[in-house]
Amino acid sequence: MIKLILQRLALAFLTLATVCVLVFGVTEALPGDVCTAFLGRDAQGTRLENCRQQRNLDQPALQRFATWSAGVFQGDLGTSLKRDKPINDLVANRMRNTAALGLGAALIGIPMAILLGVLAALRRDRTPDMVISGGSIFAMTIPEFVTATLLIYIFAIQLQWFPAITTVRHSAPLSELIPNIILPMVTLALVMMAHILRMVRSSMIDVMASDFVQMARLKGVPYWRIVFIHALPSAMLPAINIIALTIAWLLGGVVIIEQVFNYPGIGTLMIRAIYDRDLPLVQAIALILAAVYVLCNLLADLASLALNPRLRSAR
Amino acid sequence: MHNSILHVQDFSLGYRNRAGDLVSVLRHINLEIRQGESIGLVGESGCGKSTLALAMMAFLRGGSEVISGQIDFHGGNLFTLSSAKLASLRGGKVGLIPQNAGQSLTPTMKIEAQLTEALRLHSNVPSKQWRQRAIELLQQVRLPAPEAMLARYPHQLSGGQQQRVAIAMALAGNPELLVLDEPTTGLDVTTQAHILELLRSLRLEMGMTMVFVSHDLGAVARISDRIAVMYAGEIIELGRCADVLRTPAHPYTQSLLRAIPRLDAKGLPPSLAGYPPKVGSVTQGCAFAARCQHATGQCQQDAQLLPHKEQWVRCHHVGQLPASNTVVSHLVPPTKQNADTLLDIRELQISYHKPGFFEQLRNRPAPVATVDDIDLTLKQGQTLALVGESGSGKSTIMKAISGIQTPSQGQIQLQQADLNQPVEKRDRQLKRKVQMIFQNPDASLNPRHTVLEILQQPLRLYFGLNNTECRQRAAELLQLVRLAPHYLDRMPGQLSGGEKQRVAIARCFAGDPELVLCDEVTSALDVSVQAAVLKLLKELQQEKGVTYLFIAHDLAVVKALADEVAVLYQGRLCQVGSVEAVFGGYQHPYTCALLNAVLQPDPDHAPQLCGDDTAEQHPPAQGCAYQRRCTLAEPRCRQATPPWQQVGGNRIRCHLSLDELSSRNGMPMLIDAANF
Amino acid sequence: MTAITAPVATHPNSPRWQQAWQNMRRSTSGMIGLAVLLLHLVAAAIGQWLAPHDWTLQNGYIMFQTPSTEYWFGTDNLGRDLFSRTLIGGKEAITITLLGTLLAMVWGSLAGITLGFIGGKTDEWLMRFVDALLAIPWLLFLLLIIALVGQSGLTLVLTLGFFYGIAVIRVVRGATLEYVPKDFVLAAKTRGESKFTIVTKELLPNVLDALLVEAAMRWAWMLLAFSSLSFLGFGVVPPTPDWGLMIADNRGMISIAPWAVLFPALALSSLIISINLTADAFAKAIGLDRAKAPV
Repeated sequence: MIKLILQRLALAFLTLATVCVLVFGVTEALPGDVCTAFLGRDAQGTRLENCRQQRNLDQPALQRFATWSAGVFQGDLGTSLKRDKPINDLVANRMRNTAALGLGAALIGIPMAILLGVLAALRRDRTPDMVISGGSIFAMTIPEFVTATLLIYIFAIQLQWFPAITTVRHSAPLSELIPNIILPMVTLALVMMAHILRMVRSSMIDVMASDFVQMARLKGVPYWRIVFIHALPSAMLPAINIIALTIAWLLGGVVIIEQVFNYPGIGTLMIRAIYDRDLPLVQAIALILAAVYVLCNLLADLASLALNPRLRSAR
Repeated sequence: MHNSILHVQDFSLGYRNRAGDLVSVLRHINLEIRQGESIGLVGESGCGKSTLALAMMAFLRGGSEVISGQIDFHGGNLFTLSSAKLASLRGGKVGLIPQNAGQSLTPTMKIEAQLTEALRLHSNVPSKQWRQRAIELLQQVRLPAPEAMLARYPHQLSGGQQQRVAIAMALAGNPELLVLDEPTTGLDVTTQAHILELLRSLRLEMGMTMVFVSHDLGAVARISDRIAVMYAGEIIELGRCADVLRTPAHPYTQSLLRAIPRLDAKGLPPSLAGYPPKVGSVTQGCAFAARCQHATGQCQQDAQLLPHKEQWVRCHHVGQLPASNTVVSHLVPPTKQNADTLLDIRELQISYHKPGFFEQLRNRPAPVATVDDIDLTLKQGQTLALVGESGSGKSTIMKAISGIQTPSQGQIQLQQADLNQPVEKRDRQLKRKVQMIFQNPDASLNPRHTVLEILQQPLRLYFGLNNTECRQRAAELLQLVRLAPHYLDRMPGQLSGGEKQRVAIARCFAGDPELVLCDEVTSALDVSVQAAVLKLLKELQQEKGVTYLFIAHDLAVVKALADEVAVLYQGRLCQVGSVEAVFGGYQHPYTCALLNAVLQPDPDHAPQLCGDDTAEQHPPAQGCAYQRRCTLAEPRCRQATPPWQQVGGNRIRCHLSLDELSSRNGMPMLIDAANF
Repeated sequence: MTAITAPVATHPNSPRWQQAWQNMRRSTSGMIGLAVLLLHLVAAAIGQWLAPHDWTLQNGYIMFQTPSTEYWFGTDNLGRDLFSRTLIGGKEAITITLLGTLLAMVWGSLAGITLGFIGGKTDEWLMRFVDALLAIPWLLFLLLIIALVGQSGLTLVLTLGFFYGIAVIRVVRGATLEYVPKDFVLAAKTRGESKFTIVTKELLPNVLDALLVEAAMRWAWMLLAFSSLSFLGFGVVPPTPDWGLMIADNRGMISIAPWAVLFPALALSSLIISINLTADAFAKAIGLDRAKAPV
């Protein structure tokens, strides 16, 4: 058991290391460098020289990678080009804000998704299923920025319940974000729910048709006990890894949602970093988001270990 | 007259297909089950026996509906019960023992949780005593170390143990009626015999009424008082077990009993023509008429189930049929003598274990090889059967010969050619000479290919034929396996099981092979179809002079088809010899245990249990492979590998002398079911 | 068990696709989806000749006109006809994403089948690498490359195609793994067929269903990604009309002219939904469960 957990941890670490190489590699492989990208048309003469010297671009790539990754593993993400500040300072509060947004959405979205998914599976092809599955297709396929814009139009402009865009600074305490965070959180939760409930529904339908569920019925086990004690744990198994993948995929969606609501999170920072062509900052954010993805996968692996006795104990 | 406990009255059941038509699965079933009796429902796949059994618990599979009639339990119609009453009935007064216990136990719940759930729902046992009662139940089904068992998950148990847990779970509700849906199918012979004896003794102890569903007449014979034979959704014959088995009256029952290979007969059993009808395809008249040699125009009309001597029979011609012997003269084909050796296996060892990098560093000893020390020769035109329970290494040996598993040591030779090399390194001629037929044609035929495409592949690969030549040759191949040429454009999904297996055989013969590896080729087929496929294989052998290496778990099939037998246990040979010698001469204790466990469709035959049926995970590191289960084991069996002893062509690997073996095997450690 | 699951109603010799089409026609949502999808494809193909107004013509006098008989969808912040812009606003997106999907499917499925078939250590290590690639957030990946290389149709097709192909590898490998242990593949191996034959003749026909459905999924996802890029200003270069861009441009004025956002949003959403509905119905018609496909 402990060996298995350690194995998963080692794997997560390995994935992160690979991501480090990739992120660094992509910027190296593409034409230009950090300084030409940042300076754009001004990339010539002394400005370019100064920039390159400051960034140690005259050193060989391997050596720079070693310094950079050593920094990363000590928790130092480097210095921003545009703002000339340690990236750690820029990122810390925004990361906190994004985490609040994502966790909030997950806390509402995942339990709701599981419940609705189970309900749709049990009432397959009947009205509740039609409504839930139909709704999930809409929530899943309409782009986040469209959903967000529509929510703003309805709840912020027409009903005026919530502010349309956030004007709070990124360093403000979390409590000040409260009214602002709700619309982005709802948008994110909707998309997340749609994906997860589809997965839960399909997996639950399979499990409800399996031999052991039929047997449980023939053993006279009450219906709700069959659903939640006998079937759901098995149904969640294939769902969990997909859920983790989906959540990670939705990290991209967070960026857009933050942008639409002007929410002071890591997403808005990322878009700004791209506009500014601030490559060190972009690299750092890519690493952070990849780490979140790896963490999601790790949690999913641990959850399936907890749910699946087959993984825990060999015969 | 006994009290009736369950009464099936004019019961018909069907489901709607996609086009919305009602397809009937069961037609006008009448059956009364008396208190304390055990009734066997037998028939081939698709005859509706399981559907009927589950209907006795008011369970209909999705989309099914009752067309007519009812089923009464203690006088009350099951289909009008409220869902709460039904839930307390199921698992309570009516218990089910399912076909595949492995898949019927909830995989995420421990045995204890599942047993206490049954106790909580269906017994008056106070919660404090649940654990104690659960242990008692496990003891009742003769599971060793019941306390440890409680803490396990289903996947940690062997097939036999899972089945016992399922029985314990059914017993938790103190059932009056026990429905057993193929409870021993898929288990090894010895395990099957143990489970059947357990069920018999439970019935004697507790006086339960049983409905026993099985395709295996041998199993039914062992446990039933009465038998209902089903065909295409109807009961066609009903009577006392001994009567039906000794003097079957319906032509189907007669031919079915004849088609079963038997240990006490020589050669191949006579086969039935045709295939069982598809579900719902027969709506009018006798369903068996199409395959019946006595059929007349009258058979186009429905027949009634009418009394005939001791039985009830549904046939227009009952009484006018010639008397039937269940055992008739079997086809005994001549075998070639003094042929040359085709396949030679020397000191073969196969290990799945590949030492990893770290293990090599630490210099750990490798685990015991899966298959070890195999010496076999196979003569041209003959059949060698590999016999043994699951995990005995039969398939592994076959994989090594076919070149998809590389042996770790030893030699495999086909005449002068080296078969140790993997299949991709063999030349085209050698590939062609060794062909394989698989157990399940559903899996071995690509579902997206037509029959023509399936047959084309070897023709292209080995002979480089073009399209027209392929079609021509493929049609000939179909003819070889007695299928009409119009099958060429069918998809496997449109064929019956027997037809599919014939296509698989045709594909194998497309390469014009010399050695054919047959992996349980008939075990996925119904009895009536199996006999015909066995006959086909035998005819092809005589026609083409091919050599068969045959794997089967059914010893009667082996006896019918093979010339030589090799008995394997845990990847080691126990005994090798001619069929006559192995089945009738000196026997290794394991051979004896296997043969004693065989069930026969004979009311007088009782299997004998030698030793226990605990499945083993690994062969022992030293000594005799069979030491742990052998009832004759002595200290030397645990230390030294036993020597080969030879009488004529019969080789036995055992420490005991042949005389000791014959005297002690003659009176096996008979474990009486009652005081087991 | 066999009793109910046996396919009694199969018409002998009816080709599979014909059967699938029969099944699909019974799905109302699938047929609606297909109709809307075809409409979008037609609009993208010949929309530029159907547009009633010049879609680049700016006119300060008719800013934010409400929908009327002259301007069916009204006008936008620069006084351009929204109907014409919406009509052809999907052309760029559809062209680029279709090409991207094609690229993703080809390279993703080739790599996926090969990995699944090879199996063993090679497969295991390469999948680790694929997982690592998936760990990089897709949007950031795209933005990074566009920021460095500059935005052009070709760049978008290549990056979208490459990146979405990685996800295809996972799916196709999974589908392949389901078939590799089957006896018919083993039969081909023991027969001595070459690896190429096994992949193309035995495996490919079986994973084809999954591939087709996967392609539809990828396309829908790619459209989402593309419109998100446009919305952020990294997709289509103005003044070429594009739904994502139109929504971004008119979003600020949503309280004055909601239609300027609504119509492009409707067009974009209806396209993606129609793809999903069609794919869902198709998957159901051929007996595949689409929700199983990861991401």
